[in-house]
Amino acid sequence: MKFIGKVYKFGNNIDTDAIIPARYLNTFDPQELARHCMEDADADFPNKVKPGDMIVAEKNFGCGSSREHAPIAIIGAGVSCVIAHSFARIFYRNAINTGLPILESPEAAHAINEGDEVEVELETGKIRNLRTGEIYQAAPFPDFMQGIIAKGGLINYVKDKEQ
Amino acid sequence: MGMTISQKILAAHANRDFIEAGELINCKLDVVLGNDVTAPVAIAEFHKLGLRKVFDQDSIVLVPDHFTPNKDIKSAEQCKIVREFAKEYSIKNYFEIGQMGIEHCLLPEKGLVGPGDLIIGADSHTCTYGALGAFATGVGSTDMAAAMATGEAWFKVPESIKFIYNGKTPRWVGGKDFILHAIGDIGVDGARYMSMEFTGEAISSLSIDNRFSMANMAIEAGAKNGIIGADEITMDYIKGRVKRPYKVYQSDPDAVYVRTIEYDVAAMEPVVAFPHLPENTRPVSQATDVSIDQVVIGSCTNGRIEDLEVAASILKGHKVHSEIRVIILPGTQAIYLEAMRRGFVETFIEAGAIVSTPTCGPCLGGHMGILAKGEKALATTNRNFVGRMGHPESEVYLCNPAVAAASAIKGKITPPWEV
Repeated sequence: MKFIGKVYKFGNNIDTDAIIPARYLNTFDPQELARHCMEDADADFPNKVKPGDMIVAEKNFGCGSSREHAPIAIIGAGVSCVIAHSFARIFYRNAINTGLPILESPEAAHAINEGDEVEVELETGKIRNLRTGEIYQAAPFPDFMQGIIAKGGLINYVKDKEQ
Repeated sequence: MGMTISQKILAAHANRDFIEAGELINCKLDVVLGNDVTAPVAIAEFHKLGLRKVFDQDSIVLVPDHFTPNKDIKSAEQCKIVREFAKEYSIKNYFEIGQMGIEHCLLPEKGLVGPGDLIIGADSHTCTYGALGAFATGVGSTDMAAAMATGEAWFKVPESIKFIYNGKTPRWVGGKDFILHAIGDIGVDGARYMSMEFTGEAISSLSIDNRFSMANMAIEAGAKNGIIGADEITMDYIKGRVKRPYKVYQSDPDAVYVRTIEYDVAAMEPVVAFPHLPENTRPVSQATDVSIDQVVIGSCTNGRIEDLEVAASILKGHKVHSEIRVIILPGTQAIYLEAMRRGFVETFIEAGAIVSTPTCGPCLGGHMGILAKGEKALATTNRNFVGRMGHPESEVYLCNPAVAAASAIKGKITPPWEV
């Protein structure tokens, strides 16, 4: 799967309260959550993000709460994938379980700027900055996780196993 | 090569004799937990599996604690989803208003978690139960859904960092300060994906309530779990509570740690974490120029009886500062009742504080004490992220209950020995 999108760039330790503030957790409707996605980090983000756009962040993206509303809000906002230097543990799990594509690449996270257009090939983990032509290689997922991703998330994976 | 406590618990639940850090394993679970924010999502996912029953109706725990008593119609609808699911699937451990408490205060109190258990919870502070020598970790709702169906979850065996706390603990310093000190030292991603194992003389003599505060905030260093080997203090606590068989594990002398960090607690002061990360720590004596609008004492970190006892000992005979709102939240109904019996509630109300029913409420900016633009709160909670307690331009400072109580009297961050 290949995505091309415009980048919104964020810094270190973007926590799940910044991704979706707890004041909106009285619902889990993706569209409603999307209206507040990233708003405590960038109040204008929900208005300006377009389907296919990407989030690029530095270290420890998604730290804090276990709320799955965070990847649900990002998916709801139409974001095609998140590239980061590193992801917090629970967010990483949640992204795989809910089918939000994520890529870990310190080089890409540092070099890519706000507004850059980036091409991502999910199967190979290749990230290309269309502004500079530079190519980065994301860390591959272990086979076991690729199995979950291939099934489209944990629930389908379990469903297959149960049958 | 030996194993750590964390590795031994994971190995036992994967039916393996030996496992190493980095392995991906599938484990059987003892407890699966969810709350009113995370369980509705998990229940929706669970229904997609089309199953008629959960793996074990006694091993699932549902606690509506975040936005309860229902703060608005949408929260009421979410709680209703959880309540109806509990009824339909005969979930024994569903705790309705009147029985409920803050989940991480409630589960140990009810004896639902014990040493050697493997627990996942759709709440990041599930790591709290590591204080009892259990392997407990936070997950998302989909993991919870899958676990409710299968009773299993996959894990990457974590590496471990060993924290040794040496020396005699000074007055007014406790588990909250030990863990904030460590987070300040290694940073909010310093233990990312890892186990934090706490040992040493100061831990051996640390009370169970203080141990809960410590293990609770392992997630704030990015850790998968925090753990303290069960000992006599643990056994005294679980006696008469834990009805299931449990098993005590200790780390092998030749267990592998990626790092060992030693602290001398004798030199420690209470710690304050400044906005907007728990790693922005300072000793309280270097934090005294901050005026505050609100003090919150409670949460899954510091809402236990000993926390309230410390706060009451300082507030007794004093009035809270006239320009400060002080909100105190006992963690469970039993803690609330005990605080009443011991006169703490009277002390708090006479001082001018309010005492709330148990709820996560203000800690996550849910309800019961939201901050306006520009306001500052000093709280015994666990996170001080942007907007955590309300307006994105408000601020949260984290501390222990003694500092919170002293500061409530003075109207600014104050060391307990100055009251």
